[in-house]
Amino acid sequence: MIPPKSAMRIGCAALLALLVPTDPARAGETLAAVAANFTEAAKEIGTAFADATGHTVSYSFGPTGQIYTQITQGAPFELFLAADQARPERAEAEGYAVPGARFTYAVGQLVLWSPDPARVAGRDALAAPDLTHIAIANPRTAPYGAAAVEVMRALGVYDALAPKLVEGKSISQAHQFVATGNAEVGFVALSQIVGHDAGSRWAVPQEMYTPIRQDAVLLAAGADSAAAKAYLAFLQGPEARAIIARYGYGTGD
Amino acid sequence: MAEGALLDAAMIETIMLTLKLATVTTVVLLLVGTPLAWWLARSRGLWKDVVATVVALPIVLPPTVLGFYLLIAMGPDSPLTALLGRKLSFTFEGLVVGSVVYSLPFVVNPIRNAFEAMGPRPMEVAATLRASPLDAFFTVALPLALPGLFTGAILGFAHTVGEFGVVLMIGGGIPGVTKVLSVTIFDYVETLQWAKAHILAGGMLAMSFVVILAMMLAERRLKKARR
Repeated sequence: MIPPKSAMRIGCAALLALLVPTDPARAGETLAAVAANFTEAAKEIGTAFADATGHTVSYSFGPTGQIYTQITQGAPFELFLAADQARPERAEAEGYAVPGARFTYAVGQLVLWSPDPARVAGRDALAAPDLTHIAIANPRTAPYGAAAVEVMRALGVYDALAPKLVEGKSISQAHQFVATGNAEVGFVALSQIVGHDAGSRWAVPQEMYTPIRQDAVLLAAGADSAAAKAYLAFLQGPEARAIIARYGYGTGD
Repeated sequence: MAEGALLDAAMIETIMLTLKLATVTTVVLLLVGTPLAWWLARSRGLWKDVVATVVALPIVLPPTVLGFYLLIAMGPDSPLTALLGRKLSFTFEGLVVGSVVYSLPFVVNPIRNAFEAMGPRPMEVAATLRASPLDAFFTVALPLALPGLFTGAILGFAHTVGEFGVVLMIGGGIPGVTKVLSVTIFDYVETLQWAKAHILAGGMLAMSFVVILAMMLAERRLKKARR
């Protein structure tokens, strides 16, 4: 047992250590707002980034539209890893982002998925008569939702299936609807199910929907942050790209 | 949006759906909440405290917790689904169930307080006048607790109109079925349609203000009339 007095002293010392920056030039910190679908990959990239550069990154995860709204209202994010291209483009055009630094860091892959191993053998799963609900992300805000609608239109089944569609506010919620069995199938991101072998899936061919390019930008708040710039560089490097591919994304070019 | 028209068809649909949900929920809450409040006000012992705690839980629990458990409870493998023979998630009925759970304390507590404030005297007097307990409940207790019932109904209604987290998690945003006002506003904010968001959000703000103010004034008047 440590006596209370020395415990107090240790605590104070620890607090002081937190307050005094060790080496400001080397160990910077940056805050990135990241689209919810990239959560797991981003965490792993964050660890690799810290190991490789000594900088640290903190994340705020959320739906891209919400993040964008927060950025316009002065949120202190230095980096923006969106789930689409539209919002980063807009951030650039409206002066919230540093121009010229935008690039595609990941390309999303759409999958029709069910936790039931027997349900999805291919596109015919959408025609199953006992299907009551199909989960998609909100097609007006989430690129994966818009892509799902595109695919159903391409298959000529959208009008027939429209009454069965349930919308999650994000692709995470669409996945949750399916994972809990409330919807039998759903259009989700490959990245959400890439670690699980359970269930059945149909990888939607890329030519059936507009590529889901996810762009990253340096925001105005991070214009002078060495850590933020280092993160963007790291994100385009081979180590990060390997992680991104492992999590079920294409890596653009 | 058409020139001059403040509300388009989708906005009217979501407003009507929200009012319908709040009305049905309030009626169910009064039917369920009044006997429950009576029991809580009259009984003693540990059970009463346990039940009162369960009723109060939605006040402190985040809607995501309730929404998550409701989503599981309405899923395909749950006893509730087996009992009903169909899933409640993504249906209007499911939203009613969720809203009843979520708004329960806001209805039960004011009614319970009204019953407790009444004391045992009125019911004892009614009994000596040979009124049956049921008769006394309807002719004595219920009229005496009217201000509490009134407050409970208004709070339950307003709270259901303002609910977001639970409907988001079990609703699925189906227009005309589960896409209520708060979800529609969220949608407009997300898609940067701030003009529409302002109209609906401003309307809700004004309505909530009027409802709560009217409730306080009416409650005072009811109490005065009683004296």
